[in-house]
Amino acid sequence: MTNFFEKSDLSRNEADKIISDTLKKCDDGELYLENSKSESILLDDNKIKNSSYSSDLGFGFRAVSGEVVAYSHSNEISKNSLKQSSNNLKSTLKSAKGTYNYSIPKSNKKYYQNINPIEQKTLNEKIEILNQVNNYLRSKNDNIKQVTANFSGEQKSIEIIRSGGETLTDVRPLVRFNVSVMLEKNGRKETGVYGIGGRQSYENYLKEGNWKNVCDEALRIASVNLESKPAPAGEMKVVLGPGWPAILIHEAVGHGLEGDFNRKKTSAFHNLMGQKVASEGVTIVDDGTLDNRRGSLTIDDEGTPTEKTVLIENGILKNFMQDRLNARLMKTRSTGSGRRENFRHIVLPRMRNTMMLSGKQTQDEMIKSVDKGIFAVSFGGGQVDITSGKFVFNCTEAYEIINGKIGSPIKGATLIGDGPSILKEVSMVGNDMMLDPGIGTCGKAGQGVPVGVAQPSILINKMTVGGTKL
Amino acid sequence: MVKDQEFLEKKASYCLELAKKLGATDASVNVGSSISETVNFRNKKLDESNRSDNLGVDITTYIGKKKSSISSSNLLQENLNILIEKCIETTKNTPEDEFNALPDKNLLAKEIKELNLYDDNHIENDDKIKYLSRLEASASIDKKIVNTESSFTEDKSNFILANSDGFCKGFKTSSFVASSVAVAKDDKSMERDYEYTLKCHLDDIKNPEELGKAAAEHTIRKLSPKKIGSEKIAIIFDKRIAKGILGTFASAISSSAISRGTSFLKDMIDQKIFSGSINIFDKPDIVKGLGSQSFDSEGVKTETLKLVEQGTLKHYLIDTYNGKKLNLKSNGRCGGTSNLYFDNGKISYKDLLNSNSKCLYVTETIGHGSNIITGDYSVGATGFLVENGEFKYPINEITIAGNFKDMFKNITLADDLEFEYSTNSPTMMIEGMVVAGK
Repeated sequence: MTNFFEKSDLSRNEADKIISDTLKKCDDGELYLENSKSESILLDDNKIKNSSYSSDLGFGFRAVSGEVVAYSHSNEISKNSLKQSSNNLKSTLKSAKGTYNYSIPKSNKKYYQNINPIEQKTLNEKIEILNQVNNYLRSKNDNIKQVTANFSGEQKSIEIIRSGGETLTDVRPLVRFNVSVMLEKNGRKETGVYGIGGRQSYENYLKEGNWKNVCDEALRIASVNLESKPAPAGEMKVVLGPGWPAILIHEAVGHGLEGDFNRKKTSAFHNLMGQKVASEGVTIVDDGTLDNRRGSLTIDDEGTPTEKTVLIENGILKNFMQDRLNARLMKTRSTGSGRRENFRHIVLPRMRNTMMLSGKQTQDEMIKSVDKGIFAVSFGGGQVDITSGKFVFNCTEAYEIINGKIGSPIKGATLIGDGPSILKEVSMVGNDMMLDPGIGTCGKAGQGVPVGVAQPSILINKMTVGGTKL
Repeated sequence: MVKDQEFLEKKASYCLELAKKLGATDASVNVGSSISETVNFRNKKLDESNRSDNLGVDITTYIGKKKSSISSSNLLQENLNILIEKCIETTKNTPEDEFNALPDKNLLAKEIKELNLYDDNHIENDDKIKYLSRLEASASIDKKIVNTESSFTEDKSNFILANSDGFCKGFKTSSFVASSVAVAKDDKSMERDYEYTLKCHLDDIKNPEELGKAAAEHTIRKLSPKKIGSEKIAIIFDKRIAKGILGTFASAISSSAISRGTSFLKDMIDQKIFSGSINIFDKPDIVKGLGSQSFDSEGVKTETLKLVEQGTLKHYLIDTYNGKKLNLKSNGRCGGTSNLYFDNGKISYKDLLNSNSKCLYVTETIGHGSNIITGDYSVGATGFLVENGEFKYPINEITIAGNFKDMFKNITLADDLEFEYSTNSPTMMIEGMVVAGK
């Protein structure tokens, strides 16, 4: 646990006084302290290209009055710096007349261990594995022209001090191991990428030579893409594979169910609470409580314990994801979804692990039912326009479906759809729900936070595939 | 106030000296300080104020051909001691790479050009509020506008870049940016669009009424969009999208992508990759330019490069490491381009709109659909159908796709270049791309 006041001219008592004085007429607010350590080791082009370490320390001081948020952050945890921030907040909220809400729910549950993953393996051990990855892949396939592999690890300690002195703390480990392969054959180049990770030590992911499975998967995807044909263009049926393709749910529906967009009525979902927004059989939850998952949090960045929030139950919209500010203004409770990238950013309602739960059908039944369509197994990034509801994502592994059979692989195409209507087009929900391997980062308002997704195979009746073949 | 040159230099030389003392054969350090103040408005009311005080140090140490780096936002001496010690330890344990080195001494910048990149003016939050009130009043005149959000940010930065070959330089920059986002609604649809203004100097930013009006107009004209069928059609890219295509070109000619073999433009120097009318410049010494600089992030001096001359690729963007690998000298592009732009085309904007009886005018793209390894491009798009030079109706939920190798050869540019961003393009038409819709 970090003692943030140990090397500062600011004592904990003085900090408490400044916090309480600054927030006395505000509705909410806190001092958020953060100390994070992170490392990155990268092998590329047959060499260790980069070994870097970073330590980041600072505070963010927030005062909330009505709908207005005043925020000030600094790297310097000192008396002067905190006073300067306090003055900034006070000058923005001169006319605040609120009553501070002291209450914050408590829980003893923890969803990951208090470890520093960086320290649990030496640099030499990590370099050794990266070299093995490189040798393994290059000896496996003559068409390999490039191998990139990297470890990134982090330990983030946070402390939230509320007015009145209440203190909430969390220590969050996070690791990721990633492999990318480029193949070249007959002048054509294609890549395959695969990664794993979560809130545990590297060892949990790499035991029993598991790194080989990651390599094999990256190589398999690249090999498939090397044989890919131009993708079709136009509206057709789409079968999504289980696991990571749930990024579709994240983009198409998840963002639109975040509290801030609905309070501001800029989400296409803002007036649909209690209504049918998806086919029967579609249930979507956002869960921060899964052990050791990338998107899990013991407490959110306002100190609220996380939970499993039901967003859509059997097709009906049940809840939005809320932080304290949006919950107060929408007269509901925080769902423990208040997150920030780091102390430099304000809290926003965000997703954690967003999951569509299993139904009854099999993937086979879905494929068999499609005359002309595509089967999407993996995706790169996605993006959504919250207001119009339109979203896209890019296939990194996909196949044609012709007359109920899986055909040739197709080139990376963008799929585009309409968030509020896409879930009504889901006509089959598979029995094979799978979590993603632990690689997602979600961007919103310039802030990236780690997230997870999960889903079973699903059949979507109609989506536009952005290929080049008319 | 941002930290002054003296403070930053002191920290930088402390780091360099300690690194050398602990066994580094070479070292480089960047110390930066920035203060940024933002005010946000929503629906004509104050929504958020944000003050950001940033300090940071990046240190790279070399022991022969071994290299490692650390970064930190904690500049207390005690912390720096721990970190530099750790960095040296890591360096010792990192395998050698023959191309690791500081830049050649004779390529380092000797002077800092006077480019007028810093404006000492400070705009108080109360004045930002006045600006945003005027902006939002103008943005929300039309009843179809149901939500407005706007923002004003003032940013002041200073940095020192130093290395153990004696380089030690830095300069202050400032930026003032105001933006307006509007949401409009009718019985069929809800749409969002924006406009912003970004300048080094406060007096150069657009007036708030103009900005608000533009955001509202962009948004309202998108209402009640239609979806079109899948077809091959000429596409006109609005300037704000065309510059992104130029940005993709820049990533594809970065020496890192070239040396790793992960670019569709590898081995294309002196080859014709664009149509003969296309010229592309990267000019670092534009006065008040948003991408202007006297040296790159390694201290190498930057000069104007004509990257593409009459359609032919003339230069990659080269840094020290990848330059050594490719047996080329750094041309001061570690960290990318400076002020990158297409030279003006020969025809007017109006003639460009009229050059096909039917075309798609794209104002926004979404998704990460540019693949610089294969050159494949596929993104979601919104825009307008243009017939005989006239904007007919808005279009959305379509994708546009092609391959950059073909797209580059089919570019026609208008003559309406302006320097609004650090990467700039005139309005651009590309023929032969595929739209996927209904």
